Amino acid sequence: MSAPLNPKSWQYRALNELNPGLDHLSAGLIDLVEQGHPVVAGSADLQYSNGLVSFARRHPDRFIQFGISEQNMVSAAAGLATAGTMPFVATFASFLALLCCEQIRMDVAYTKLPVRLIGHHTGISLGFYGTSHHATEDISTMRALAGLTVVSPADGPQLRAAIRASATWPEPIYFRISRGRDPQVYAEDVEFEFGRAITHGEGSDITIIACGTQVHPSLAAAEALRADGLSVGVIDMATIKPLDADAVRAAARSRIVLTVEEHNILGGLGSAVAEVLAETPGGARLVRHGIRDEYSLIAPPTHLYAHYGLDAAGIERIARESLA
Amino acid sequence: MQTQSSQTPVSDPVSLADRARFVRTETIRLIEIAGTGHYSSVFSCAEIFAALYYAVMRIDPARPDWPDRDRFLMGKGHAAVGLFPVLADLGFFPKELLDGYTRLGSPLGDHPDMTKVPGIDFSSGSIGHALSNGLGMVLGGRFHQRDFFAYVMLGDGEMQEGQVWEAALSAAHHRAGRLVAIVDRNGYQLDGAVDDIIGIEPLADKWRAFGWEVREIDGHDADAVASLLLDLRDRPADAAPVCVIAHTRKGKGVAYMETEPGWHLGYLAPDDAQRAIEEIRGESA
Repeated sequence: MSAPLNPKSWQYRALNELNPGLDHLSAGLIDLVEQGHPVVAGSADLQYSNGLVSFARRHPDRFIQFGISEQNMVSAAAGLATAGTMPFVATFASFLALLCCEQIRMDVAYTKLPVRLIGHHTGISLGFYGTSHHATEDISTMRALAGLTVVSPADGPQLRAAIRASATWPEPIYFRISRGRDPQVYAEDVEFEFGRAITHGEGSDITIIACGTQVHPSLAAAEALRADGLSVGVIDMATIKPLDADAVRAAARSRIVLTVEEHNILGGLGSAVAEVLAETPGGARLVRHGIRDEYSLIAPPTHLYAHYGLDAAGIERIARESLA
Repeated sequence: MQTQSSQTPVSDPVSLADRARFVRTETIRLIEIAGTGHYSSVFSCAEIFAALYYAVMRIDPARPDWPDRDRFLMGKGHAAVGLFPVLADLGFFPKELLDGYTRLGSPLGDHPDMTKVPGIDFSSGSIGHALSNGLGMVLGGRFHQRDFFAYVMLGDGEMQEGQVWEAALSAAHHRAGRLVAIVDRNGYQLDGAVDDIIGIEPLADKWRAFGWEVREIDGHDADAVASLLLDLRDRPADAAPVCVIAHTRKGKGVAYMETEPGWHLGYLAPDDAQRAIEEIRGESA
């Protein structure tokens, strides 16, 4: 028998090519190449998972396959940056931000080299692949590295815009991106500005500050709360570092500030916001929503998002409890 | 800042062996300023510094960021104290900076910092990264059609770091012919003899098995090191990368350091420092 008979059977590569997922990643890199930038992309045996295969096919001379050697890839990216290229290297966020943390610190951040690190499949998006593949500490570790910019786009178009915008951003960047199946928040032609939060309405009762995959469900939760007459604002904190402190101080005019992140609430977005609020006189009460300092369970991703309240219904519930 | 002893005079012309003696005596002078430092780690690779910087590498001290320059990286960054005098001697930065070695605000510390020191091609301090950094440089050079070399000096203890072998696999796969690893095979690391800590032999066979061309040489014959490294420049850019295993003596040049691995890190009080300098210069009995 040369192939499975049931059309429901599938294999990894073909599925990823049919459903490119992170196609905005490659699209953003191709944009930069077309603008004349010396982009070089590297992957550590995950070009189908992160969609860089389409970049590699378009620009094979600009793609470096590092194999399963993530630390080598990060250190080599630093070397590439010293030789006048614009390196983007990608692997699962759990490996990039933890396994390669010291290479990022020593070779990328301390050296101030314009390396672009793409940590994909963040948070609990890898579901039942388990704790090894969950990235619920990457914001905290990357945020702790001096001089490293940390960006968490809400969807594909914002990712692509952020990649384009990175061409003129002088510092090394950690992009925290999901798996490319996230509902779209922004139009394809959205622009991106590093360090600038995107405010989706202001609210006197509660302001939800979210990043990454949690922006879309936060907007949906806000709609449900507004339908009940509540005054609700939502801030997409797409740049976690440098944090838009003005946006946080503006949010502090609400009775409650609710941070929502697919990450441990210790050290992540909630902590970054807390640092600003603690220094803001008369600041609002803060509620941090996310993974509560635990290793997340094994389940399909949608089940996990529901279990941890990291969907619209869960965020709405936490918001109502906070206001009660 | 007051210097504690005068800088070794360098007459011109001088042999590479003289340059290596200059590296050693300057190392003693700088460590005296710092109060502690890695004497014997420098002494094993002094001839390699001399060969690279005075005979082999294509560099321009007036243009430390020259894109076509050859690069030098130190996996064993703790030997930087021996490199700084060379860079100052060549004019990458004023020699007076050496006199403030490790003092508050100095760009010169125990490990090299590319953001602070002209002529340092990559920062180091965490052992095991440098071969990957050098690989990236060579791949970047290839991208821009620049034909420079990256020379990466690795400690033999550094062979115990896993990332070295990730980089070795990767460089061989990518045919990084402009990448040259130089292993300073001095036999010792901080806790003792490398082969007692975690053995690395058969080292040449390991590199060959990883797809590298291997050359072995007496690392204290500066002219032979220079000659070998110059010969290697004629290979095609897409040849296999080369590993030069330089057989050296930890502490070479000061007799009691050659027999006591504890001198990996230490301090010589001024009179001992002076005696060591005299021994290196061949002035002692």
